[in-house]
Amino acid sequence: MQRSLLLIFALTVPVALASCGAPAAVQHAETRSDTVPDPDPPPLPWQVDDADDAPISSPLTAIVGGTVMTATGRTIESGVVVMENGRLLAVGAADEVEVPDGADVIDAAGRYVTPGLIDTHSHMGVYPSPHVRGVSDGNEMTSPTTPGIRAADAFWPQDPAIMRAVAGGVTTIQVLPGSGNLIGGAGAILKLHPGRTVSEMEFPGAPETLKMACGENPKRVYGGRTSFPMTRMGNVFGYRTAFQAALEYGRGFEEGQASHVEWARDRAAYELAESRGEQDEDGAPEDPGAAPNPPARDFGNERLLGAIEGRVLIQMHCYRADEMVRVLEIGDELGFTIRSFHHAVEAYKIRDVLAARDVSVSTWADWWGFKLEAYDAIEENLALLTRAGVRGILHSDSAMLIQRLNQEAAKAMTAGRRAGIEVSEDEALRWITIHPAWALGVDDRTGSLEAGKMADVVIWSGHPFSVYSRADQVFIDGRVVHDRSEGVRPSDFELGHDLERQIEAEAAQ
Amino acid sequence: MTDSTVTGSAVTDSAVRAFVLCLACVALWVAPAAAQDEETVALVGGMIVTGEGDPIPEGTVVIRGETLVSVGTGPAPAGARVIDCQGTVITAGFVGTQSSLGLEEISLEPSTVETAPEGDDVDAIRASFSAADGYNPTSTLIPVARRGGVTSAISTPQGGLIAGTSAWVDLAGSSMDRALGEGLLALHVSLGDGAVEAAGGTRSTALAALREALNDAQLYRTRRTAFDRRQVRDLSVSQADLERLGQALSGDIPVVVRVSHSHDILRVLALAAEFELRLVLAGAEEGWQVATQIAAAEVPVIVQPMTNMPAQFSMLHARYDNPTLLHAAGVRLILSTEDAHGLRNLRQEAGNAVAQGLPADVALRALTSEPARVFGLEDRYGTLAPNRVANVVVWSGDPFELTTWARNLFIRGREIPLTSRQTLLRDRYRQLDTVPRGRRGLPRVRQ
Repeated sequence: MQRSLLLIFALTVPVALASCGAPAAVQHAETRSDTVPDPDPPPLPWQVDDADDAPISSPLTAIVGGTVMTATGRTIESGVVVMENGRLLAVGAADEVEVPDGADVIDAAGRYVTPGLIDTHSHMGVYPSPHVRGVSDGNEMTSPTTPGIRAADAFWPQDPAIMRAVAGGVTTIQVLPGSGNLIGGAGAILKLHPGRTVSEMEFPGAPETLKMACGENPKRVYGGRTSFPMTRMGNVFGYRTAFQAALEYGRGFEEGQASHVEWARDRAAYELAESRGEQDEDGAPEDPGAAPNPPARDFGNERLLGAIEGRVLIQMHCYRADEMVRVLEIGDELGFTIRSFHHAVEAYKIRDVLAARDVSVSTWADWWGFKLEAYDAIEENLALLTRAGVRGILHSDSAMLIQRLNQEAAKAMTAGRRAGIEVSEDEALRWITIHPAWALGVDDRTGSLEAGKMADVVIWSGHPFSVYSRADQVFIDGRVVHDRSEGVRPSDFELGHDLERQIEAEAAQ
Repeated sequence: MTDSTVTGSAVTDSAVRAFVLCLACVALWVAPAAAQDEETVALVGGMIVTGEGDPIPEGTVVIRGETLVSVGTGPAPAGARVIDCQGTVITAGFVGTQSSLGLEEISLEPSTVETAPEGDDVDAIRASFSAADGYNPTSTLIPVARRGGVTSAISTPQGGLIAGTSAWVDLAGSSMDRALGEGLLALHVSLGDGAVEAAGGTRSTALAALREALNDAQLYRTRRTAFDRRQVRDLSVSQADLERLGQALSGDIPVVVRVSHSHDILRVLALAAEFELRLVLAGAEEGWQVATQIAAAEVPVIVQPMTNMPAQFSMLHARYDNPTLLHAAGVRLILSTEDAHGLRNLRQEAGNAVAQGLPADVALRALTSEPARVFGLEDRYGTLAPNRVANVVVWSGDPFELTTWARNLFIRGREIPLTSRQTLLRDRYRQLDTVPRGRRGLPRVRQ
């Protein structure tokens, strides 16, 4: 009985909350007082739209002659890719797309062109190199539930790993807090332009994401201190408690909004009466006094509520099949779902469940065995998920691996083929392009080579699934961010550590 | 040898004796007659990359019993089981160095990890720690490594200033005597950040501790009688450790030193020269900066090609083409990965080294003949040549590519199926409708 009540509550509250924003006020205006229009409620704190998609300038460029792998199902021999001012203008075969006059033409004959690669799981900038205390900012392990914190607030743009990742063809990443906490905080979706600050790199208009973690890590971190949570029982109790608190917080906000609307209506009625010169004794409205105080904000509950409402995409570190399903069931109870399970080495065991719910899987080609929950990894995980209709994603979780996402995708594709599970090259390419874009909620803007999308493009020296190929040029928003002939741009941190040798070498010349 | 163990040198000696006996047989009989139960296998039609000299297109490799009997262009011998290898590449099996294969099952479960002694007050010097004593020949990591064409490994203890001794193992066989190639292979030392931390937190204390241990071992070696009569000063390490260190000092076993920073590399070169150690460098992320000095000292280097991050202040100059630059300076290379679970990716390490300019034949030797040569087992391992142990891999194409795989694999002449715990899991879950689903079946799906 209690469970069904909870379910009803879980299912109805989000709907109620969703309707208390601006559109709701319009509905009220149509149905209520015909003398005083209902005022708009004050905007909810998280409804402030700060999406900054300022126009970006980049030269008119045409890449011609290369094999264009679009990640849309189509591969074009001797294709043409035209871009300008941050956007792809045209993608097609030579007889479909004209090279515009005045374009910078890049001859990619014998080479390959793909979308920029996207990694859903990076700790660059929060666990940067060198691995020293001063820049180790990835896990706020002072409380197991810290939904209010944000990876962006710690991101160090001078991490030497960033431009090495770009040299591997990566153009967009999600930087996540670590997995020490049950609820770790907000991820940061970044485009890898070299920048001075994280806000110079943020993906414009990307949805918020939330990192959560299952299993061994939280229970090891906190259990090791004999504090909560020490077991998987504690983990799940932690999620349920946090989301229930968020629901109650949301209800408080809803009540606050309603009372504000009530007050504003009374105020408007009072002002109308006053303007007509009506007096109190005529039964005219009374002065409602000062506006009620808004409820106190709680950044963590706001984000959890956002996850319940579907505008914050949950990225959940979870290895074991049974645990993943348990999390989905808790989500059913409390009204949230998972956008992407990360690591998810046992996802192949529950690929039917994941496919039915459209939950994506971010995983590796072959990492395994470093802990017991990673013991049942198989090489064919991504291939089996793909055949079952699950969006598979090849992620890195590593400043080393992120430099070779294309190679990892090739290995996972080969593992499938070796076992007789057919995987096309386009499907394998999607593991590192459009599928991660979907997991981050930006697949309408990047992740494939299609006219109108962001001009995030890589020209590879050879087939991207060959170990011998390298990214020759990497474009982000139409700008060349990496050119192999010029080497990898060192970060500020990397300058000057070898000055003595350089001085001696120059003196010797 | 005062404390040789059942799994260590004693067995090795008998294995060597058996092997010498076998060689003698081969030498005596012009046309070696196989024992009744010894199968002859002929791999016919593949491109044979022997590891010495030019590749043989469409050649024939003949294996009898545990041994390679011929590598060339002739037809398969009568009665041999013929395996068609057209379109394949055939190489010697790859050798994994520097990993803790067989000493580690689940990295974060201490009860399954035998790489180093546990505890807060563990001595940083444990020369007598023996990988052969902890090696698990039935580890589930072994079949996974085999699928990447790895047929042998140097199972290596980890941590501390002196981690202990490694063992050469072949990756097949359910018992130590079947797996072990050499139980006392090399002494492993580290001047990496972890080792420095374990030895007082500074390079000075770490080097002083190392030097003291070597001096004590020298004294132990030269004044053994006085030591036994308790007529020498107190020594800094245990007698078991002194024994092992003595074998390094006498040149019986090489000393592998894990070190990153260019200046530390030079200090290690000097220390090795002073004590006349058979030095092998490992890691050497900044080796390219002192490549001429390493080459001049004729010290081989074990490198992990994909390690290009300034992960520590001791390796700020790590770079992707370190192997290429070392090779260009004349340094002999072994390519490795230190990840026991990831040994199957040795070939990806090599492929990336080639992509960064290392000649492909050098990369292949760095996975096969060089480890055998550096650790003194070149008469038995590392090349496709008559009388070598038949550790052979038939690849579906270029062994370093990402779209090829090991198709057939032989260890000590025995063809080993390329199954693993992982392929068993895959097969169990290949058809979901055959998987038990409890009472309720699928969890409810919220629409």
